[in-house]
Amino acid sequence: MPRFLSLSEAVAACVRDGMSIALEGFTHLIPFAAGHEIIRQGRRDLTLIRMTPDLIYDQLIGMGCARRLIFSWGGNPGVGSLHRLRDAVERGWPRPLELEEHSHAAMASAYHAGAAGLPCAIFRGYYGSDLVGNNPNIRFVTCPFTGEQLAAVPALRPDLAIIHAQRADREGNVLIEGIIGVQKEVVLASRQALVTVEEVVDDLRAPSPNSCILPHWTVDVIAEVPGGARPSYAHGYYGRDNAFYTAWDAISRDRETFLRWMEEHVLGAKGENRR
Amino acid sequence: MEYTTAEMMVVAAARALTSEDVCFVGIGAPSQACNLARLTHAPGITLIYESGTIGTRPDVLPLSIGDPELCATARCTVSVPEMFQYWLQGGRISVGFLGGAQIDRFANINSSVIGGYARPKVRLPGGGGAPEIAAHCRQTYVVMAQSRRSFVERVDFVTSFGYGEGGDHRERLGLRTLGPTLVITDLCIMKPDPATKELTVAALHPGVTVERVRASTGWAVRFADDLGTTAPPTERELAVLRDLQARTARAHGTAAA
Repeated sequence: MPRFLSLSEAVAACVRDGMSIALEGFTHLIPFAAGHEIIRQGRRDLTLIRMTPDLIYDQLIGMGCARRLIFSWGGNPGVGSLHRLRDAVERGWPRPLELEEHSHAAMASAYHAGAAGLPCAIFRGYYGSDLVGNNPNIRFVTCPFTGEQLAAVPALRPDLAIIHAQRADREGNVLIEGIIGVQKEVVLASRQALVTVEEVVDDLRAPSPNSCILPHWTVDVIAEVPGGARPSYAHGYYGRDNAFYTAWDAISRDRETFLRWMEEHVLGAKGENRR
Repeated sequence: MEYTTAEMMVVAAARALTSEDVCFVGIGAPSQACNLARLTHAPGITLIYESGTIGTRPDVLPLSIGDPELCATARCTVSVPEMFQYWLQGGRISVGFLGGAQIDRFANINSSVIGGYARPKVRLPGGGGAPEIAAHCRQTYVVMAQSRRSFVERVDFVTSFGYGEGGDHRERLGLRTLGPTLVITDLCIMKPDPATKELTVAALHPGVTVERVRASTGWAVRFADDLGTTAPPTERELAVLRDLQARTARAHGTAAA
């Protein structure tokens, strides 16, 4: 059974400098509150893994928490670039960031392989792409049955998965609904899993026998953090704050404006009380 | 009725779609085009966003690829590994939309870096789903505003493979799909030459001259012998598109695009 901790206890218990961590969420259920707590606790040298690093990864990178990023699309969806990510890659501020770049198909398959206990993922992909050659982890194998050349990438096995979900029951079973992304795969692929939830309830109220549920024995730590995915969203609880995603472009463009915003909204007292 | 070149681009892209299509939709202009088609001449079209939503019918355009509206109005929502493995790689998609920072004469697309990869001048967001969308959809449509900066002789980096060096390059890589059969810009419509696969202007949008297209293309662009003219947007197309954009702006709390 997972341990039920406060957010700050949970992050202090699970996150160490130098770890590989996947804070996943495909647009939906992005664990912003947990990311902010990692920033407040001053973790360093992290290998951050995520298919779609967006604003919370921009913040972690801009605050100097990350050494390396494994990703497949790093932008502000529908808005443009991630300016802190760009600044780190183009100018090494606040520190250089190593990139391991994949396609979505590769990352999704690599999580799937990690969850399935396979050493690598095999798929049809990367045809003619210059990503091959710039990422030594993209290789090719020959199908033993047909002779076809297939792309291969190593399975993803993060030290720690962090996801946000709608709810957990008191035993620690976790329900995920809506756009479920790679939430299940990342938890099963990782050595440890920290799950923040909108609420802890007596009855999970799973709507279908086929609901996406992580049994309690697959999760290590649960923290109840209402609003923990804002400004992304939690299906059935609150919507996506698209106006904030749009506003982030101006906030993050300039180093000083970014640092002031982080000081006011994440590091300061307002940040710690943030729900 | 007055209209912008951006509206002409979206309308032209929408017209290329049919009720029978199963579309892998991208954010921005492709999303506008697909939903315009669904709300006008192609009500039966199936729209799929890579976040896992299949058969979605959003009332407002999503800002991101996984907005709540997409899941709430979808026939079903699957996981992202399932989306890429079964639905895309499995060959279930008839049309995929692509765009990027640069496209070259053989429709290879760069959405990764401007400059060298190791020390880029501009680090772009990256390919996301594009490398495999380019490979596995039966055909792809590219929607991009046209300029010399974006339509280049050779892309800095091939994120998504179009026709490579041209000719039978796709077949030589083992690709069985058609590739980028249509490039729709704010100025014109381009199609690959049947043999060389070089992008060739098939039709100009109303009011656009051959000289303007030449001046906005980074290679010595060729024009089809039977060069056509795109029909201007109809009142209905414009009304539906503008309604959609206005609803979207209200929902997102931003000014209309």
